[in-house]
Amino acid sequence: MQKHNLAERFCLGIEATADDYSVGILDFEGKVLANIIDVFIPEEGGIHPREAARHHAKVAGEVISQAFQKAGIKPKDVTIIAFSQGPGLGPCLRTGATSARALSTYLNIPLVGVNHCVAHIEIGKLATGAKDPVTLYVSGGNTIVSAFDAGRYRVFGETLDIAIGNCLDVFAREAGFNQREGMPFGAIVEKLALEGKELVDLPYSVKGMDMSFSGLLTAVIRLLKSEKHRLEDLCYSLQEIAFSMLTEVTERALAHTEKHSILLTGGVAANKRLQAMLTTVAEEHNSRFCVVPKQYALDNGAMIAWTGILAYKHGITTPVDKSFVRLKWRLEEVNAPWVEG
Amino acid sequence: MLVKKGAEANLFLEEWQGRKVIMKRRLPKRYRLPKIDEKIRAYRTIHESQLLHYAKEAGVPTPTIFMVDLADSNIIMEFVEGKQVKQVLNDLSSEERQRLSNHIGELIGRLHCDDIVHGDLTTSNMILTPTCKVVFVDFGLGEKTVELELRGVDLHLMKRAFQSTHFRYAEECFKAVLEGYAQVVGEEMAQKVHGKIRAIERRGRYISERRTTE
Repeated sequence: MQKHNLAERFCLGIEATADDYSVGILDFEGKVLANIIDVFIPEEGGIHPREAARHHAKVAGEVISQAFQKAGIKPKDVTIIAFSQGPGLGPCLRTGATSARALSTYLNIPLVGVNHCVAHIEIGKLATGAKDPVTLYVSGGNTIVSAFDAGRYRVFGETLDIAIGNCLDVFAREAGFNQREGMPFGAIVEKLALEGKELVDLPYSVKGMDMSFSGLLTAVIRLLKSEKHRLEDLCYSLQEIAFSMLTEVTERALAHTEKHSILLTGGVAANKRLQAMLTTVAEEHNSRFCVVPKQYALDNGAMIAWTGILAYKHGITTPVDKSFVRLKWRLEEVNAPWVEG
Repeated sequence: MLVKKGAEANLFLEEWQGRKVIMKRRLPKRYRLPKIDEKIRAYRTIHESQLLHYAKEAGVPTPTIFMVDLADSNIIMEFVEGKQVKQVLNDLSSEERQRLSNHIGELIGRLHCDDIVHGDLTTSNMILTPTCKVVFVDFGLGEKTVELELRGVDLHLMKRAFQSTHFRYAEECFKAVLEGYAQVVGEEMAQKVHGKIRAIERRGRYISERRTTE
């Protein structure tokens, strides 16, 4: 039976693009009823796609039932299933997509494939009320400056090589830290940077609207291995240089598009120094600065569910036979008819 | 009078020694540490002035520089009458757009032939004068270099500028730019740079082409 009260219609969203398996449940008005995240933490090194996928397959059932419990609804109450269709790591995406297809088929309800990058922007807008912002989306896999124009989120600047989150992670690993100690790598670098005093010379690489972080990473690792500098100073310098680059590009996009707000989203959004830099820019341009709340900064199911709802309300669904994962699905390839602009 | 508040510099229209001039002042950025900020501003002020001059030698119209004040990160230069290409491109006929894009390609070619990369090739950084001359401005991110890679990055930026600001004509415009470019640098060099652009795009994240070619 079709329900018309938005608060009685629900979307279950599944996120599994990289190291998280997460399930979110939202009602159609945008109220988050559940957002359960289960993170895969490797024994050592970075994320191995197959190991992460194995983790996802193992925890999927438990995370889904936890989400239902938390939301206080039953599977039959769900109206649509949304899932992250890309971009991301193949084995992880496939595991997430498989669980989504199974639910959709079993419950006989529509499936909606969602672009992961769009979801990070949409959850930021939902949670902060940001209107038509220039978005800086920073995470372990992505570094994108985007703004909406003519039906799509356009990419104004991005990294030409590695993502900023990846840059911070690799540096922390090279410095001997282990994520098992309970703190994300980015948070470890941020904490050490607070004790930094001396700025060391590192390459600053902005090419128009695009950025490059690989040379910066190589340089800072070389200084680390030279053992001539305090680790705190290296963390401090790495953050100052990298975040200045991100802020410069965001400011350029803001000036170019003449928009009036900045939205910071993605896993690295939690960094206070980056937030402070963008706040300064927003003030100078009489713009509003919005940052995604911590629980929606990392990859999460709630953002997928919300974006699924937005798309579904505009008649977008993904038939199961078209629900193959899209590893390199770009932000600007997605039509977003639900955005007014 | 402030005429443009840019991302990194403000442009003022002033009277200076009886002339109408543009003062380009790189303002301190409070968000970055003074030590980083001063270095970036001084570097960009010097280089921009040098490159504006080199570009002229290469046969690319740029504003004439009257004075460079490093203490203030300030360049005083000729005021160029006209409109940004960004403002006019969408109002042109398809044929005019093609011709203009072709000419822009030639100018980029001239820069590259003299080992100059602009570093921020967008349609906001090109001024179309009433006499239909295209004047390149803002060489703040430019470089003097022989690297093929940076020529590729330069044109890739141009392509991206079309895609983000003039997406309806992005393809035809960029194609015309490449044609104009090839006419100046020669077919062989153009092919090399074109290859670089494709390589840069593949290197960029999440491009489906990367999987299917090479």
